[in-house]
Order: sequence, then structure tokens, then C-alpha cells
Amino acid sequence: MATAPAIELRGITKRFPGVVANADVDFEAAPGEVHALLGENGAGKSTLSHIMSGLYRPDEGEIRLHGAPVVFHSPRDAIDAGVCMVHQHFRLVDRFTVAENLILGDRRGVGTHFRIEPGAVVDQVRRLGERYRLPVDPRARIWQLSVGERQRVEILKALYEEAKVLILDEPTAVLTPDEADTLFETLREIVQDGRTVIFISHKLNEVKAVSDRVTVLRGGRVVATVATSEASSQSLASLMVGRELDTVQRRRTDAGEGEAVLSVEGLSAESHRATTILEDIELTVRTGEIVAIAGVAGNGQRELAEAIAGLRQRTRGTVRVAGRPLRNGDARSAFRAGLGYVPEDRLGTGVAPNLPLSMNIELKSYREDSLGPFLRLGRMRERAEEAIRAYDIKAAGPHVEAATLSGGNIQKVVLAREFAGNLKALIAASPTRGLDVSAVETVHRHLCDAADRGVGILLISEDLDEILALADRVLVMYEGRLSPVGNRDDIDEIAVLMAGGQREE
Amino acid sequence: MRFTVERRLQQPRWLVVAVPLASVLFGFVVAAVVLLATGHDPVTSYRQLFDAAFVSTGSLDQTLIAATPLAFTGLAAAVAFRMRIFNIGAEGQLYMGSITGAAAGLYLGGRGSASPWVIAAMIVAGCAGGAAWASIAGALRAFFGTSEILTSLMLNYVAGYILTYLIFQSESYWRQTKGFNATVFPTGKPLPSNAVWPAWTLHTQGGIALPLGAGLAAVAAVLLWVLYRRTRFGFEVQVLGDSVGAARYAGVRTRRKILSVMAISGAIAGLGGASQVGDFSHSLDGDPNGLQRQGYGYAGIVVAALARYNPFAVVLVAFLIGGLDNAGNSLQGADFPSGRVGVIQGIILFSTLGGELLVRHRVRIARTPQAPAPEPAS
Repeated sequence: MATAPAIELRGITKRFPGVVANADVDFEAAPGEVHALLGENGAGKSTLSHIMSGLYRPDEGEIRLHGAPVVFHSPRDAIDAGVCMVHQHFRLVDRFTVAENLILGDRRGVGTHFRIEPGAVVDQVRRLGERYRLPVDPRARIWQLSVGERQRVEILKALYEEAKVLILDEPTAVLTPDEADTLFETLREIVQDGRTVIFISHKLNEVKAVSDRVTVLRGGRVVATVATSEASSQSLASLMVGRELDTVQRRRTDAGEGEAVLSVEGLSAESHRATTILEDIELTVRTGEIVAIAGVAGNGQRELAEAIAGLRQRTRGTVRVAGRPLRNGDARSAFRAGLGYVPEDRLGTGVAPNLPLSMNIELKSYREDSLGPFLRLGRMRERAEEAIRAYDIKAAGPHVEAATLSGGNIQKVVLAREFAGNLKALIAASPTRGLDVSAVETVHRHLCDAADRGVGILLISEDLDEILALADRVLVMYEGRLSPVGNRDDIDEIAVLMAGGQREE
Repeated sequence: MRFTVERRLQQPRWLVVAVPLASVLFGFVVAAVVLLATGHDPVTSYRQLFDAAFVSTGSLDQTLIAATPLAFTGLAAAVAFRMRIFNIGAEGQLYMGSITGAAAGLYLGGRGSASPWVIAAMIVAGCAGGAAWASIAGALRAFFGTSEILTSLMLNYVAGYILTYLIFQSESYWRQTKGFNATVFPTGKPLPSNAVWPAWTLHTQGGIALPLGAGLAAVAAVLLWVLYRRTRFGFEVQVLGDSVGAARYAGVRTRRKILSVMAISGAIAGLGGASQVGDFSHSLDGDPNGLQRQGYGYAGIVVAALARYNPFAVVLVAFLIGGLDNAGNSLQGADFPSGRVGVIQGIILFSTLGGELLVRHRVRIARTPQAPAPEPAS
């Protein structure tokens, strides 16, 4: 590449109390390339992107744009210099229209006038949308748009700000497989005219699909920068983790006629806004079986898990665990019947964050273990110590507050608790979301072991790789309804159902 | 040079004790500067203050009188606040406890020396009155999600008006209607002699009277500690206080817990009200410039905060603040204006509450940003 890199980082170091997030990072991305930033959680990808987009200032090191050193004091500086970031959590004003959101923060064009006329940008937005395959109605209000459309608005906003370098932080996390493919095409379009896209991800297949080059981060340092075409998924994975990785691939058996440990009949439930969000759900999980529910977040998965586990009132329907019906909206009756629940919201539902591990591990069994109204603190501490050993939880002891642990260790605390006692069925809701590759491996192994012991597992996940690796049967959830997938390995069929399509008979 | 305030990754235990002590000391030093600047000798002032609070004859009696209600309202606030239920209504709950406690004493009491049965009935009645009053706010919160901060605060005014009404604007059961004085100035009916709470006299330096209420507050502190640290109920309430989501997940009946915590908090404040009647005033004090001017309920919130919601520390802090209050009252005069005590008290409270920051955070002063370079953590 003869021209100067569009963005270049030299010797970037960023420290936080007790942690070095980035250590002496060199990075560059050329005009016209999609450059992937790959790494596990905590590898320093986000910190690095925040430095590039002006949110953080590096403790050491230098940023250059097209060869010229720059200092960003704020994201505004970065945007003015042509570096825009699309965050994982969108930064749009819900009640504004698309056009109004674009004008917001615009310091060059119509946004500088005292009287704001969103109409003036409508045509411009439409043209940009057509040019880059980002169709969206400029007059629509943000709250009316789907998550995928909102992301398009974010990208449009960056293009409208005339970004030369576009940073996308895990953009596919909220998309269906089809939407992700469309996004990749858009990104290719964007780099066609000399812009640069920096694509942050920890998903190998996406990185393979979209990028020209990959920079792998591990423990805050750059491990390698390679041309995507010359790297295999395996080599990238071992660069990312720092060792050879054995992914869990379950040896599957058709449970067929085993005993039904969890059965859901005609279940309906309402969302917080009192609108029906689940309708007439039928579901059976047999002993030793892993049944997966795929789907884009927000289609009722969370509500389904809660309605089964007794954390949400059912408006209709019954739930049985090993034949025993559960009382509606009674979490205690659910776990007494042998239903475990690994909630999606780990740090706030799965554990009480500021309480010690000993209490968190006994969060459900403290009643059975107590002496009349009094707790047996000694026994609670012993149990916690046992769990810390058995599940290899990295913590100084049972007195440590749960929130100080890493995500993977918190999930181990949850698993240790749920697997204790007489477990018959388990709901695992996004059990590996946000965990790094090695923690994912551990959680998968625990789930498989439990299934082998005869526990029936209902796995709710947005991660298709996870579903393909673990599930015996797959169902897809779309707008509060479940559709079975004929062939559990048929990604295309799953993708169609996830987008609300009908099953082809 | 640059100051940065960072969150501490670990909070050493000694800091929890050292920081408040250092803050109090710091407060005295700052107050000394103020005293010097206004032409007073801080050493003399502090000696006078200390004498009047804890040393001179009868001073401890007065300090205990001031500290006892603060201990009750402090415990009431600590119990609720610790669980993130913000009961601002200890003031009103204390009034209601004094009304019900007085009713029990007036109704059941008779001649003779202190009767344990009558006094026990007053204690129960006081607790019940405070608990019932707090439960109004508790129920609104539990069933309708109404902010208990607002409702409990508003109910303080209602309780104050009821108290005044019973003595000043009606010929209620609580009002003294016989005798010459009653026609001149409305007062509460005096308690029969066996309903007056006893005080233990400790035979040191001329005898200190330890009121029954002070002992009850100490017992309440122990019971609360056991309840919260050693029982199932306490476990559930701790989980609920930390995370509502986790509590629901653990099968805790959250409504019942909110109701119970409010009721317990109110009961303690109500017991403080009964103690006011039984220990000190011996009749229901409905004077808008009497009990209602003291603001025990609000001061209790400060006491609880200074004690970091620890029940034992509440008792200690109440004693110290009670001492300062008492010293302020007894030193008041030409050469020691009450404002001076107020200033000292204010500065100490301010620096103690401000010191809290240092328990959780540390201040780093760096000329150039430099830090040890540990292994890059993942």
C-alpha cells in the first residue's frame, strides 16, 4: 500500500486502575479496506476503538490520520476529523425522526442554522441510502424502527458526517443472519470509494466474511496483523486465545421417547406494557436432551424464560417439571420442583452483585439449610468453598462480592448454584453472552455434562454457532411464537424463520 | 499536577473505622480555625463543650435524654435505608408511637410504683402505633409502587397535626381537662405513677440515671443485628436491598419484605415515641413548639448515615450527637452563643459525610501520569 494509512496508531498505551487495557499497540488501516479488530472480551478492542473515536485519551502513544498526528479531546474532535463510531448501544434520540437525528450534532450544514429544517436533508438521506443500500425512511421516528434499521441510521449518520474512518463495535450482535449479510454488502460499498471501515468482533466467521485484513488483540497487545485471505479460522482462533482451542461439539443422540422433564402447554404471557408477547407456546424437553430456541433478541425469549421459571405471570397455559405442575408466578415452586434457571441478566438477576459469594451460592437453598428462622452461616461458607473448588471459580474466598468477579466466573457461580440439588430441567438463557472463548468452552462443557446426567436443557440463544454445536432440536422464536426447525443443522431454514419467514414444506 | 479520584478496587476494613475517626478530627480542626477567626480560643471552647456534654455533674443524664430518641430514630432509619427503603417518616412514626404509648399508659396505669405489665403494654402499643403509621407508606409502596420517600415525609405533617389536635384543639382522652392549669394552657394528662418508666441509677460521680428507653434502644440494636445477619428474613432483605431482580429470582416475596421492613422501621421509631412519654415527658406532648420542634426523626437519618447503617454504630453516634446537642443547650448564654455549637456541629457532620468518599475512592496526585506497569490484564 503506497498511500499513507487512513488511520494509524503508534505505541498506544491506556491504563485503568489495576488494569492495562492497551499496551504499546501499533495499528493501521488503509483507505479502501475493511480492517477487522479481533479479540476476546477484555482483550482491549473496545478501549482501542474508544481511543480512536476520541472518547478516551491514550496515556502514551500517538494517533495519525493520513500521516498527520492528531489529538482528540472529545468524540466531537474525532468526528470533525472524519472518524466516526457506531456503538453497540445506539446513540439516537427515540422521539426524533431519522432526519432530525442526522442534523443533531451537525456543525457544517443545516444544523448550524437557528431555524432547523429537517426537510432539507431528507433528499440527501434518501440518496445516501440508495447509494449504500441503507434503505430507511428519513421521516420515520426512531422508536418506530427495528433494531436493524436503527443501525442503518447510525451508519447513515456517520456517512452524513462525511466520515473517512468508520468504526463499528460488534455490529452484528443485534442482527439476524440475513441482516448481517446485508450489512457486509453495505460495508463493502462504503470502502469502495476510499473510506476505511474498522470492524470489531469476536466472531471468526464474520471476520472471515467481511474483512481484508485482521488485527488480533490479546491481553491488550497486538498479537498479529494478517491478510484475511491467508488466515484460517483455526489459526485466528488460536491467535486470539493464545492456545489451541477445542470447541465443544456435542455427540448427539435422539432422545426420542425419554421422559418429558419440562413441558409447556398453551402458554401465553404479557409484556410489561400489558400487550401479549407470548402466544400459545407448546414445548417439551425430554431427559438428557438440549432443545435450543433461536431468534433475534426481543422476540419474547426473555419473557418465555421468565414465564416458565415463575418470574412472570402466565395469562394462560401450564408448565410441568417432571410431571408436576408449577404454580403461576411462583419462582420458589419452580426451583423446588427441580427447574434451574440461568438468567440472561447475569449481574442483577443471576447474582446479587454486592453480596458475598457464599450468599449468592445459597441464594435458593438458604431456606432448606436454615435452622428454623436462623441461617447456618458455617454451612453456607462450607458450601461456597466447595463450589469455588469444584467449579474452579477464580475468587479469593466465599466472602468476596460477586460483582468483583469476571463474567465467566460469575456464570460459574450461577451454574454451581443451579446444578446443586435435584435438578431435572434447566433453562439457560444466553448463557455465554459476553463471555470470552475459554469461558464459553467451560459453560458449554457444563451444559453438556448436565445433559449427559439426564437433565433436560432449554437453551435460549442468539448465537447460532452455539446452537449448532449443542442442540438436539431447534425451535425458532419470532414475535412471540415458536416454530420447529425440521433439520437442526439447516442454517438457511433457521435464518428464514428468524426473519419471520414461513417454513417451506 | 493532576488530581484523580479513582474507585478503590478493594476496601480495606480498617478504612471503614479510620476514615470516620479522621474525619471527626479533621472537623474539629476546621472548626478550630473558624473559632480562632472569630476571636475565640478553641481549646477553651472545646473543653467547655466536652465538660458540658460528658463530664460535669448531671451532664451525662442530659446527654442520655438527648441521645435516646436519636438512637431510636437512627435505628429506624438505618434498618430501612440499608435495604434501600427510604423511610423519611421516623418523625411522624415517633409521634404516633407517643400517642399510642401514652394511651396505653393512661388507660392501664394506676397508683403505685412502676408496673412491668403497664410498661410492657406501653412498649407494645408504641411499636404498634409507629408500625401502623409506617405501614401506610409501606403498603402504598408495595402495592402501587408509590415512592415511600414522599408518602412517609407527608405523613409526618399529618401526624404532627394529629398530635397538636389531641392536646390543643380537642378535649381528647389524652388532654388534661381538670385543674386550674388546664384552663390556662392546654397540656397532656399526666401518666399514672405506675406507668412512668424507671431509670437505673449508676453510682458513679454522683449518680447517672440511665433511662429505660436507652436500654431498650441498645437491646433493639442487638436484635436488629441478629435479625439482619443471622436469620432467613435478614438474608432475604439483604438480597432485596442489593438487587430486586435477584430477590425475585430467588423466590423472595418482595411485597411482604417491603411491608415488613417499613413496619419494623416504624415500630422502632414508635418505640422512641413511647419512650418520650414514659421516660421523659410523662404526658403526651402536643405542643407544636415542644416535641415537634426537636426534629428527632430527621436527625435520626443523619445519625444512621454517619453510622453507615450499622446498628451498634448508630447507638454510639446517637450518644455523641446527643452530647453535642446537650452541650449546646446547657452552654447557651452570653459568653457561649448557641450558634457556636451549631457551627462546630455542622462542620463535624459535613466533614464526616464528606469523608465517606475516601472509603470507596482514593485520590491520586500525579505530576505526570505514571503508574506501575503490571501484567496487562485480560
